[in-house]
Order: sequence, then structure tokens, then C-alpha cells
Amino acid sequence: MTTASQTIGPYWHLLEDRSWADLTRFGAAGEVITVAGTVTDGAGAPMTDACVEIWQASPETSDVFTGFGRAATDESGRFVFRTVKPGAVPGPGNTLQAPHLAVTIFARGLLFHLATRFYFEGAPENENDPILSMIEDGRRETLIARQTEPGVWHLDIRLQGEGETVFFEI
Amino acid sequence: MSYIDTPFREYAAGTQPDNDSPAYKSTILRHPTRKLVKIPQTVTELSGPRFSAERFPPTDNLALNNGKEAQGERIIVEGRVLDEDGRPVPHTMVEIWQANAAGRYNHARDQHDAPLDPEFSGIGRVFTDEAGAYRFISIKPGAYPWGNHANAWRPNHIHFSLFGPGYATRLITQMYFPGDPLLALDPIFLATADAGARERLVSKFDLEITQPNWALGYRFDIVLRGRQATPMEDGHDHR
Repeated sequence: MTTASQTIGPYWHLLEDRSWADLTRFGAAGEVITVAGTVTDGAGAPMTDACVEIWQASPETSDVFTGFGRAATDESGRFVFRTVKPGAVPGPGNTLQAPHLAVTIFARGLLFHLATRFYFEGAPENENDPILSMIEDGRRETLIARQTEPGVWHLDIRLQGEGETVFFEI
Repeated sequence: MSYIDTPFREYAAGTQPDNDSPAYKSTILRHPTRKLVKIPQTVTELSGPRFSAERFPPTDNLALNNGKEAQGERIIVEGRVLDEDGRPVPHTMVEIWQANAAGRYNHARDQHDAPLDPEFSGIGRVFTDEAGAYRFISIKPGAYPWGNHANAWRPNHIHFSLFGPGYATRLITQMYFPGDPLLALDPIFLATADAGARERLVSKFDLEITQPNWALGYRFDIVLRGRQATPMEDGHDHR
């Protein structure tokens, strides 16, 4: 049986290395994008002590691209990453998954981390994505980032209540 | 990308804490109220980041800062990272962080009225070896008060962060110390329903690890998710 998860707590920033929010820091090439959003709680208040991690299986990891990033939310609950835009990857069976990032939220008050995804509005593959198609109408958009200016993608994450983000059991 | 496409096993009932655990007050506004959507494990969940010691240099002695000793009871923490089938998880990164001997984190938001130690940052990073073993030196962290309820104190603990073979094996946990009377009162520790699972969060004092006249030793083994079936090696008969 697995070791139990415990909260990351409010003092996890001892681990924080701000350079980890930039997945291109080792020189990865490709379409560089900014990925940003805010994390809010059930009262709509910004979560200022959360740890947000992203993982992407595309482009392939290499010496210059670990595919992994970590960022702290700031005083307004905002996180920002810089990375290379992912491409489509295989899904179960013969399906194709639309470009996406896996997103993990850790925070004080979360005993087990929350897993969600960050898709890109307008990607033609979204329509047939095997994961998005498992989600009921009206909630799917909680996973789809909007381009607010060229190369800048934004998605808010709400842990509880109205507009609650879809979180996964994986 | 190299990864094994056999999915990871589901967590056994009761072995992981429920985010809806109101005795731990910070969970009240932070736990999702909608049911989690169960999704298949795809390449995204089955693969995961790899960290090399070259690019992410280890720091395995938290008790020493530029040759100066931190205050407190010196400890050695040793253990293995295994999967649910007892197989070692080799070359995986283990991040650790903790309060100092007085129960204070070297963190601007920690306002507990206890002294900071200029020789203790409380951060470390180690990698497991081929056999899944890790080891680091530190000082025993102090207990500290928190605002969860009247006269609430966190038991002595060290935070651990692990990655394992895939995104789906990510784990952040806390290691506790044997015989701590605060464990029975701690809503974070108690949020895991299964008593055996709670017990496995408590390290064991180990005289073998203990070094005479120098430091007490504790053993803390960590188990990450195993695979749903044993993966076959290429070239074998799969029937």
C-alpha cells in the first residue's frame, strides 16, 4: 500500500526556485508561450500560498527540456509559467489527445494534491479529445485556456463552488 | 519518450487522506465539492519528469551550513523508496524541508515566537540510488503551534516531495517521529482513515543507523504506486 499524502503546508516556499517557472531556461526551442492564471478558494478569495506544477509529455523531454515546471501563487493568487507549446499526443486506443499541460495544485488545506489539465482554446483537436469528451457540458471550459494576447494563455482555477474546476482521479 | 505503458494501480481504500476533512480547518474552503472525474492514464500520466543530480545538485546535510553546525539534536534519516510490489524506485529525486530545532521555519510568513538559526535553512535534496535507498543528515525539527484550534501544535515532522516514475506517482508527504504525543491530536495526521497507513508515516528509531557519539538514526521507507500488472520484458513469451 502506498504512503499517505500529506499537505504541502504554508511554508513549502523553502523549496521554491523561481527559475523553475521557466521551462525554457535550459534553452528549449519551439513556440514559446506564457501560461498564467489565478487560483481561488470556495469564497472566491485568491490562494496566495499555493504551489502549481505543470508537466507536459510534448514536446519530448531532453537535456534542455525537462517538461516540468513549478511556480508559487503570488499575493493575488496568480501563477505564471513560460514554456514551449505542446503538440497533440496519443490517447487511449487510436485516439489523439489535444495539446495540453497536466496541472497539479498543492496547498495548505489540500491533503492530497489536485490534478487538472490546461487545454488551448481553438485547437482543432479539442473537439475529439478523449479526456475532454468525458466531461459534462458546462464544465469542460474550466479546462480550456484563452489567449489573452499573442502567445499568452490564461486559465483560472477555482477549487470550490461556482465554476469549480474539473479535477481528475488518475 | 521512454515510459512503461502499464497503468498505475488505484490507491487502496482509506490509505490516502480525504480533502474533505473539516477538522483540519484550511480544507473547508479548499476541497472540491464536485466528484473527481476518473480518467484513463495516458502518456501524460504514465510518463513524468526526470531530474539529474548534475543539473539539480544534491544537498544531503541540512545540519551543516558552510562548515558551521546548526543548533539541535543531530539526526540521520535513511530509507528506501519502493513501489507497492517492493521494487526499488531508483534515481528519483527526493526534496525535503523542515522547521529548525526550535520549531520555526526559515520563512517570512512563519511568525512563531521561537528563534531562527542562522546556520539552518531547512532545505535538502537527495536522489535514491540503484536500490532505491536515500539518506540525509539533519537536526530533529521542533513542534510548533498553529491556529487550527485552541492550543493546537503540529507534531515534529519533516516534509518530503517525491516524483517516482510517472506524473501519476507524484507524492508529497510528511515523516513523523515515534512516540510523539501530538500525533493523536493532529487533524492532518488523523485525516488518513486507515490506522496502518497512518502508522507508516511514523519513522522508526534505528540503532543500526545511529552513529555512536554523533547522531540518532531514523528509518523512513516510502511506497509509491505500483503497476496494475507486472510489465513484461521484451523478448519474453507473453502467454
